[in-house]
Amino acid sequence: MLSKKEKKLIREIWERLSPVAEDIGADALLRMFASFPGTKTYFSHLDISRGSAHLSSHGKKIVLAIAEGAKDISQLTVTLAPLQTLHAYQLRIDPTNFKLLSHCMLVTLACYLGEGFTPEAHAAMDKFLSAFAAVLAEKYR
Amino acid sequence: MVEWTDFERATIQDIFSRIDYDVVGPAALSRCLIVYPWTQRYFGSFGNLYNAAAISSNPKVAAHGKVVLSGLEKAVKNMDDIKQTYADLSVLHSEKLHVDPDNFKLLADCLTIVVAAQMGADFNCDVQAAFQKFLAVVVSSLRRQYH
Repeated sequence: MLSKKEKKLIREIWERLSPVAEDIGADALLRMFASFPGTKTYFSHLDISRGSAHLSSHGKKIVLAIAEGAKDISQLTVTLAPLQTLHAYQLRIDPTNFKLLSHCMLVTLACYLGEGFTPEAHAAMDKFLSAFAAVLAEKYR
Repeated sequence: MVEWTDFERATIQDIFSRIDYDVVGPAALSRCLIVYPWTQRYFGSFGNLYNAAAISSNPKVAAHGKVVLSGLEKAVKNMDDIKQTYADLSVLHSEKLHVDPDNFKLLADCLTIVVAAQMGADFNCDVQAAFQKFLAVVVSSLRRQYH
């Protein structure tokens, strides 16, 4: 459950990070590939080495989708409807991987925001990313 | 036997030489109690854990955070036999403290975030991977004596 204060905090953080979506996204993905090598299996068709164009554009896509969801968290199911279909019928990424990327996203935020990533922000963000992942997986079965 | 690369050994030693145990320990434990409030179930005797501010300023939480981080130092000094190093602690957490071992991962994740916030860009993806591998071995050793 997210309080009004938490939703505002989340919205503001992603608003601030949207201009650097590429960097944040690529960083989180790189961390996930390094710590959880199994996740690389979903990207065999792309060049996911550090600095690659694919990594940046893919990271950007992911972060912008998260930022879009953060704008109105109560409407997540509506906002994510097309992505739900994509993940369920085409990408079919095992949902346990969403947790891995969420964790790496939190680490990226910690490195980027330092002390600014307070325990309250961490808690709110963790809850938001869990909810986001849950909605994303809703059409799987 | 866990295989550690030279990079991983050096990275772990480096991280633990850089962090201030008196700051990181309390920060990690209080973050765990705030982000995963159900972990408070093990700290009924700690007094006021009512909100984030109370937890962050609670002296018992701070003291215990230091205990936990000092405990981690044992593994840093014995990277080639973490399993044996934590055998007694594992029994303690299982038989006496009755801690659900899934909680070890939650605390490990919070510690990762705290160290990341401190080290900033230095906590790059390879450093993170080494740190997480180390913590995974610690967590696995602490789970080992549960039956």
